[in-house]
Amino acid sequence: MKRNEGMTIAVASGKGGTGKTTVAVSLALTAPGTVRLVDCDVEEPNAHLFLNPVIQRTNPVSIPVPEINREECRSCGRCAEACRFGALVLLRGRPHVFPSLCKGCGACSDVCARGAIKETDRTVGVVEEGTAGAVAFVQGRINVGETATPRVIRAAREMTSSARWTIVDSPPGASCAMTAAVRGADMAVLVTEPTPFGLHDLDIAVDSARKLGVPCGIVVNRHTPEDLRIRDYCVRQNILLLAEIPDDRRAAEAYSRGKNVVDSLPGMKERFVALWKSLSAALKGNGDFSCEGGNSLAQISDDALNERTLLGKIRTGVSSARNSLPGSVT
Amino acid sequence: MNEIVILSGKGGTGKTSVAASFAVLSKRAALADADVDASNLSLLLDPRVRRKEVYRAGLEAVVRLEECGDCAVCAGVCRFNALRPSDTHTRPAFQVDSFLCEGCGRCVPMCPRGIIEMRERTVGEWMESDTRAGPLVHARLEPAGENSGKLASLVKREARRVAAERGLGLLLVDGPPGVGCSAIAALSGASLVLFVAEPTVSGLHDFERAADLARHFTVPAALCVNKWDIHPVAADSLEAKARKMNVRPLQRVRYDPSVVSAQRRGKTVVEEDSAAAQDVRDLWREVTAA
Repeated sequence: MKRNEGMTIAVASGKGGTGKTTVAVSLALTAPGTVRLVDCDVEEPNAHLFLNPVIQRTNPVSIPVPEINREECRSCGRCAEACRFGALVLLRGRPHVFPSLCKGCGACSDVCARGAIKETDRTVGVVEEGTAGAVAFVQGRINVGETATPRVIRAAREMTSSARWTIVDSPPGASCAMTAAVRGADMAVLVTEPTPFGLHDLDIAVDSARKLGVPCGIVVNRHTPEDLRIRDYCVRQNILLLAEIPDDRRAAEAYSRGKNVVDSLPGMKERFVALWKSLSAALKGNGDFSCEGGNSLAQISDDALNERTLLGKIRTGVSSARNSLPGSVT
Repeated sequence: MNEIVILSGKGGTGKTSVAASFAVLSKRAALADADVDASNLSLLLDPRVRRKEVYRAGLEAVVRLEECGDCAVCAGVCRFNALRPSDTHTRPAFQVDSFLCEGCGRCVPMCPRGIIEMRERTVGEWMESDTRAGPLVHARLEPAGENSGKLASLVKREARRVAAERGLGLLLVDGPPGVGCSAIAALSGASLVLFVAEPTVSGLHDFERAADLARHFTVPAALCVNKWDIHPVAADSLEAKARKMNVRPLQRVRYDPSVVSAQRRGKTVVEEDSAAAQDVRDLWREVTAA
């Protein structure tokens, strides 16, 4: 896989609907430098609804599936034996292909003594590329009824870019789809909410990120002072708490109308600029934040500053993140 | 046996809150949590685990590194880039990246030294529990695990067995978000799929794809708009879209912070008195009448 020049931040969560897309879009809109958003929630991609990108290119994602030349085939059955996915089976003594089960491994062609198997591409989804204002935009989209989710995610992730920052909007969960999106990122931002479901699923997502060796930080969405279970969890687990976004019905209403919260809710932009500052510090492994495009840094609200002071008191996982990072960005 | 599956497309729309409430209201149902990735139904129902089984599924290739001749033939045939030079072994050798290995076994006969073998993966566990709302089959996929669709199918199969053993005529299934393998596994064989959707632009977008999935697999479908009063116009368009896609709109549930506060106390919405609780009870009446 080709390396991107910049840093990749994957926005993920165990539980669905915690605000991944809101955070990913907001990060893209407040990034200190050139930025690209890659929507890897390919079963339900939503970032486009808030960024309204102009799509310039659509690339199919396909799987090579076998086609049997009946004239050449002698029904020896070796292909069916080689297939571990039940995609090629003998029916009344003759091989039959079930394309939706085929993973495109090519094992059947290897064993066909008569060269009677030819592969044809079956499209399972697309990767679209475009721009939304200053934000470069990539999204994967799997066709409804298909199951090759990680394949489409990897295709979207493999798109290279010269942007300084790549923000990946990951699918929910903590299994192969989430890991396909998060793997290789420089940092995972795990978005959660302070509820029993939120905490339970966050813990699973943290395990997955750790298994991938991706350092993570946490954003609490719909934060309320009555429920500090996530804050406690961060302390217990020694994980960086990046930000707490207050519970606000206005945010839900803006979201419901497809408005990005950064432009429609007062104070939000400053919050995300502050979040970027914490992120950059974590990625660089020091508290120094020199950012070329950071024109609005001077305008961080008191609220955001207070919050950062508060967060500063919570011992962070920056040191462990620092150790596993290859080097600092310049 | 009747089987009601709760799905949404988009995550976090209230599937589990609705499923847990239905479980409490029905009293005569077996329960299955088919969201094996982030399984939450048990968190509201005080499960006592009666049986726990390891879940193995799928295969992965393993190279005996000591004997590897570093010829790279395996890497040449692998379509998934799962065979890579080892960066940990003491001398040059190829090893399998288990995140990428699909378990096809194509590399096995290709290895000139015959040192690649296929091994079963342990990817999680599944459990049979008793809860205050009935028997529950649920599962836990390992972090970064694969084959969530197969595990979701297994959870449903076991829950059907439990329902039959106990003479329960209804299976309630809490589904996963998305429209991928586990959503497909969750909805197969359903008598009714109930979509819980939010009146948001993304809710509308995701509902369309999920409803399309139900149509693809010809499962009868109904819709509940949750938090409808966040954006009443969008709630109307969700239901209009539903009718067009042959999905029946049922009782709406209003935005009510008491849903989350009930969850914080480990209760389902309908176990406490609130406006949303009444909505969910009305919804349940309509679902059972359907």
